[in-house]
Amino acid sequence: MGNISYEFPVAKDDFERAGEASSKIKKILRQLGMDSGIIRRVAIGAYEAEMNLVIHSLGGVISITIDPESIIITAEDNGPGIEDIELAMKEGYSTAPDRIREMGFGAGMGLPNMKKCSDDFIIESVVGKGTKIVMKMMLKDGD
Amino acid sequence: MTVKEICARLNLRSLTGECGMDKEVKGVYICDLLSWVMAHAHAGDVWVTIQTHTNIIAVATLLELSSIIISEDAEVEEDTIKKAIEEGIPLLVSEKSSFMVAKDLIDIGIGS
Repeated sequence: MGNISYEFPVAKDDFERAGEASSKIKKILRQLGMDSGIIRRVAIGAYEAEMNLVIHSLGGVISITIDPESIIITAEDNGPGIEDIELAMKEGYSTAPDRIREMGFGAGMGLPNMKKCSDDFIIESVVGKGTKIVMKMMLKDGD
Repeated sequence: MTVKEICARLNLRSLTGECGMDKEVKGVYICDLLSWVMAHAHAGDVWVTIQTHTNIIAVATLLELSSIIISEDAEVEEDTIKKAIEEGIPLLVSEKSSFMVAKDLIDIGIGS
């Protein structure tokens, strides 16, 4: 199998369509006949990344690359950037406003969930520029 | 047990007609925080919540949940119902609290 890549733009505050990119990513993996365990991990990581773009960013792109060894999910946004990444990674910490929390978001679980479902997790952020998250899930025999 | 049987035995109101009613319910997860549900609910679970916006359908679809029970008669947006039908996720409503819905589910043998 050669490398396969797809990109999905995600708009700020678009709660109406939020989750569609993750659903499409899940469908691609299903069509490739991947194992349900790896599909679940990718779906959780992609969903959390997508919701973060909708809730916190000025908009961005989620992409997936599938190669013979791994699945890589990348979320890149156009800002505003995260001031304190260590704090943002802490379970329960969130900067989401009340109206977002009332919808059941902003539990401070997004980034920790992404890290948990990845074999390799990288987050880079520059205030005023943007944030880039890379989640790598290694494929095992049977995936 | 199927969603249809649960709907009948708990006297729930289906907002999505017969859509997805033949799905098998394998367990129950109760929570109103979406990231917690994403991290902990399992395929086939019925999800009990008071959240009613369209994103609950995205969560249910991604996790392949069997159905959603909205407790305490919380009002469900039209868009949520439309999306639920599109994705084949049964949306059921109870006038009871999440706790009482859980009790009823245990009484009929779900989760045991």
